[in-house]
Amino acid sequence: MSERVREVMEYDVVVVGGGPAGLSASIRLKQVSPGASVCLVEKGSEIGAHILSGAVIEPRALDELIPDWRERGAPLDTAATDDRMIYLTAKRAVRVPLLDTVMPHMGNHGNFIVSLGDVCRWLAGQAEALGVEIYPGFGAAELLEEDGRIVGVATGDMGVTRSGEPGPGYAPGMELRAAYTLFAEGCRGSLSKRVMARFGLRAGVDPQTYGLGVKELWEVPAAQHRPGLVQHTFGWPLDHRTYGGSWMYHFGENLVSYGFVVGLDYPNTWLSPFDEMQRLKLHPAIRPHLEGGRRISYGARALSEGGLQSIPRLTFPGGALIGDAAGFLNVPKIKGTHAAMKSGMLAAEAVAEALADGRPAEPASFTARVRASWLWQELRGVRNIRPAFAKYGTIVGAAYSGLDAMLLRGRAPWTLRHRHPDHAVLDSAAASTPIDYPKPDGRLTFDKSSSVFLSNTNHAEDQPVHLVLRDPARWRAVNWDRFRSPESRYCPAGVYEVVGADGVGEAVGADAVSGPRLQINAQNCVHCKTCDIKDPTENIDWAAPEGGGGPNYIGGM
Amino acid sequence: MKLLVPVKRVLDYNVKPRVRADGTGVDLAGSKMSMNPFDEIAVEEAVRLRERGVATEIVVVSIGVQQCQETLRTALAMGADRAILVLTEAAPEPLAVAKLLRALVLREGPRLVVLGKQAIDDDMNATGQMLAGLLGWAQATFASRVEVAAEADGGTATVTREVDGGLETIAVALPAIVTVDLRLNEPRYASLPNIMKARKKPMETLSLGDLGVDVTPRLTTLRVSEPPVRKGGVTVGSVAELVSKLRSEARVI
Repeated sequence: MSERVREVMEYDVVVVGGGPAGLSASIRLKQVSPGASVCLVEKGSEIGAHILSGAVIEPRALDELIPDWRERGAPLDTAATDDRMIYLTAKRAVRVPLLDTVMPHMGNHGNFIVSLGDVCRWLAGQAEALGVEIYPGFGAAELLEEDGRIVGVATGDMGVTRSGEPGPGYAPGMELRAAYTLFAEGCRGSLSKRVMARFGLRAGVDPQTYGLGVKELWEVPAAQHRPGLVQHTFGWPLDHRTYGGSWMYHFGENLVSYGFVVGLDYPNTWLSPFDEMQRLKLHPAIRPHLEGGRRISYGARALSEGGLQSIPRLTFPGGALIGDAAGFLNVPKIKGTHAAMKSGMLAAEAVAEALADGRPAEPASFTARVRASWLWQELRGVRNIRPAFAKYGTIVGAAYSGLDAMLLRGRAPWTLRHRHPDHAVLDSAAASTPIDYPKPDGRLTFDKSSSVFLSNTNHAEDQPVHLVLRDPARWRAVNWDRFRSPESRYCPAGVYEVVGADGVGEAVGADAVSGPRLQINAQNCVHCKTCDIKDPTENIDWAAPEGGGGPNYIGGM
Repeated sequence: MKLLVPVKRVLDYNVKPRVRADGTGVDLAGSKMSMNPFDEIAVEEAVRLRERGVATEIVVVSIGVQQCQETLRTALAMGADRAILVLTEAAPEPLAVAKLLRALVLREGPRLVVLGKQAIDDDMNATGQMLAGLLGWAQATFASRVEVAAEADGGTATVTREVDGGLETIAVALPAIVTVDLRLNEPRYASLPNIMKARKKPMETLSLGDLGVDVTPRLTTLRVSEPPVRKGGVTVGSVAELVSKLRSEARVI
């Protein structure tokens, strides 16, 4: 198979990614420009398979997109009714008073607790009814560029063997060409990253800063289920230099969504977000909610926390970045779905205008539309809160947040910056304090392998490894010698494993000679993208594996 | 020669089934569904028979909810020519499915029906055999190799079957039923261009009434429960300790 013949399809618009941003963009496009042909590709095996969020969503964007969503049966069934923000110490829980008064933007009145995967499945049905062609199971793997303009994407080849040769079931990828391509890959999208680099979209903006969310879905006894309860915690078990906290939402039929976000600008190389999430369940603020229940799903996903300062240039010749691929997430509000949807809708309006107006290289009005929208006002108002935590630590950061919100109402004349990318702020192993995580008990707390099992993750076996070290030699000198393999701790799926570590001196066989080495279990990958973000020298490159691979998150997740 | 290939929409093999808390069945809400893997093998074999010039038309059929259309589209993308959906909210048992398929066989006139040996959701392994019985056709089950010599008004299928302890090769006269096993072939991908083309292939929807079959269940599900949780293992330090544990704790030697 020396020559590779790819079939080509032409569309007006191609959307990469079937999350809230991509689906909302597709729907809006068909609403304002019904004649436009729209194709959406999604690397998950179905829409929703890779969607992971808390999630409490604000229906503002949905109200604008599909005003009669209630009549159409959108799965927003549990209204948020009881809203708590709690500061934790190792033994105690202190409820933050007057939250609604101090930070009205954080209140959840009028919001809904949902499974975002279910919402996306529903949105996909709405989009298909409008004529959007949706193809799950096909990841966009390649940018198509002509004369300095992105003219679409190509899906990955299927049936390529581990060695990179076409196997017996080989099927070449397909070129999806479009006047405009919208990248809606979510946080740290692999093609979005390339587009930003190709067109210098990040020039003059702060580095993006990220968080990693690790989530479990529980089914609890009816007697302890309190639908509508929204609880967030901060403080313990994280130290004051580490941003993050937990969420817990009671919703649906005896379901509890529990999860933990750690800011990926954490300095301690010994920190494991997965184990922080596990040990917090032992705290009295969490334990009684889950005890006696059973865990039915597990997953993880990185999210963008940089806010306004980190949003890149949104358009480029041939398309635009939307949703969390661009970084539209309101961190203090702990919400991104409404922002992702709104950005997708605004991009669609800009694209529809461009389609009707001679198809100029860039759908340029997108930027102006964003700046004139409530989305921009909202992100502008909270822009200093996340960096304040990075600058001042948890306690002062929280106090600053209160003052910023209450006295200045977000109109501070200054803007705090994100100074360093997350990969550059890790302390060495010698300079970090080791953390002693408790052993899993198998009832309330679990290990990584039994967790990944519940994500229904699968990758076709004989395919090239989709996680590659750009410079394999650097792992030993940097990742091991200086940081003691942080990837084996931050990866929530157990992809990175150090083999022969005890062996410096006492291992048997080949490991005794070679010392520790990194084993990459790529088939475990839940596509969270953390390694692509946090590797100290950005030596790990996350590329899309064969379409259909990755987690298969269940309904309710 | 026309082939009929029935396909079933089941919980995807990657998804761990979870029994509903009330013990009435497996929770399927929002879970990924896909074509029964054995049926995929049947579709693949049918497509290969057409590629070899033995078959001229492949009709795929699914019985179930509206979303079974997706399963049928996959079969069309793999190479089937047209599809029939028998729409029902009920989950018909194998006998009812076999009766529906018999009605379709009489309507469509295929000389060979190729289907998976069983579905991975209920593992019944019954539909193919019942269909053969209802039609009075020959049957070759658990096929790991299929060769068909079709003649104008007859012909033979030579089928290698996976049986306990080895392989058995039998010849059956057409028309016949073949149920396929895992090692028959490796199904091709439904490629994106073929999925796009499949959107334009014909798909017909029938109701139970159109086929005149009563699908009232004859079985009652009393209770569904998950298998007992496996206990964790222990690492033993020596052969002597292993022997001692086998003797004193496991009591197997």
